[in-house]
Amino acid sequence: MASKKSVVPFGPQHPVLPEPIHLDLVLDDEKVVEAIPSIGFVHRGLESLVKKKDFKEMQYVVERTCGICSFMHGMTYCETIEHIMDVEVPVRGRYLRTIWCEMSRLHSHMLWLGLLADAFGFESLFYQCWRMREQILDMFEASTGGRVIFSVNAPGGVLKDMPSDMLHAFVEKLDGFETELHKIADIFLNDYTVLTRLKGVGILTPEEAHDLGAAGPMLRASGIARDTRKLGYAAYGDLDFDIITSDDCDSFARCDVRIREMYQSIQLIKQAVDKIPEGDIAVPVKGNPEGEYFMRVEQPRGEAIYYAKGNGTKFLERIRIRTPTFANIPALLKTLKGCQLSDVPLLILTIDPCISCTER
Amino acid sequence: MADTGCEIIPITTGEFLMKVMEMKNDHYRLMQAHAVSVENGYELSYTFGKDYEWVSLRLVIDENEEIPSITNVYQAAFLYENEMAELFGVKIRMISVDYQDKLYRIDDETPMKKL
Repeated sequence: MASKKSVVPFGPQHPVLPEPIHLDLVLDDEKVVEAIPSIGFVHRGLESLVKKKDFKEMQYVVERTCGICSFMHGMTYCETIEHIMDVEVPVRGRYLRTIWCEMSRLHSHMLWLGLLADAFGFESLFYQCWRMREQILDMFEASTGGRVIFSVNAPGGVLKDMPSDMLHAFVEKLDGFETELHKIADIFLNDYTVLTRLKGVGILTPEEAHDLGAAGPMLRASGIARDTRKLGYAAYGDLDFDIITSDDCDSFARCDVRIREMYQSIQLIKQAVDKIPEGDIAVPVKGNPEGEYFMRVEQPRGEAIYYAKGNGTKFLERIRIRTPTFANIPALLKTLKGCQLSDVPLLILTIDPCISCTER
Repeated sequence: MADTGCEIIPITTGEFLMKVMEMKNDHYRLMQAHAVSVENGYELSYTFGKDYEWVSLRLVIDENEEIPSITNVYQAAFLYENEMAELFGVKIRMISVDYQDKLYRIDDETPMKKL
């Protein structure tokens, strides 16, 4: 006898969701057979502000796209404008951007680990992760003056420098952070209860990840070695690193990839501190942008794409922001098909969703 | 490896679906799609990537021209197409899943369409 299907509304308000997204879950008993997403609760129309804010002011708008990747949004926007206007950022400026990018990745992944621990009910682990994340936010505050919105990017470079003693103090702090990370990582990667919740849950095959346009750790945890940092924007072209992947294709693999990326971020910051040259941090930018450019960077959640089109006036004709969560929603829907209802919150978290970014 | 930038390939409405099929058959993934409002119409960009290579198909259409959805070829296009339809008023037929202008909860109709 065919079982009767039921529809359970999930969200937009749910204890596991930091931001609102709604899913209609079609269930056969407790098994999800289909998930239909509904977004739009926090659409702010940021892209439409190009009509009111000039291209220099837009930098402050785009970095408000996300409270976690705000530095990277600002930087990607500036690099897009710099390409259109053919502006060469000084090497020291590019290194500073790289250091702040990797600090962003560290605190974003740490935030995600905490949320994951919270999702499977490991409250003390959640607190430890967020306590550790504070150390990175303190470094941001010391170097930029901000903990969420930094406003240190501008077309042409960066607005603040980091003196040598500050950079070396950061490296020392990161040594301590790394020691603590070993302890936290051991729990995520070896604890029996954690493994029970993550192993084999939410399989996304490499073919599915590619076909559905997945990005970032979601893609790399399905065995596809693609990391936009390898294209060499900012100072990544001067740094040595391998792309971190896993062939397990499940929720555990996504956790494992993010943890290993944190160790890599620490190493990248140390490399950048060793190699950063003295010199200017920005060049003056004259005139208005005319032309168009597509730019992509590797944010903590995955590849972000910016498109800008200028018409020679101080107001851009169009700015388009494609965030990684936007790209990962189809992959999320695929992982939800066939899962148990109790795994839905966990699977939503494994894409590291940022709904404010997605809706802009 | 330096990013060589995204190549923009102009196409016509007539060859649109065929070019998208070619991309699919060549194992390109859909990276993004967006609209730009231009005088009396739209400039649409569908961006595809393979490894680190990326290209954008550029389609310029009239305001009232209707284009087919590519969701039958690239399932993941449904959010991009719904966004283009709702924010810009681009007429796209047979989107699977079509939110009927309810993707975003906004009061204004097609707020990013050029008046």
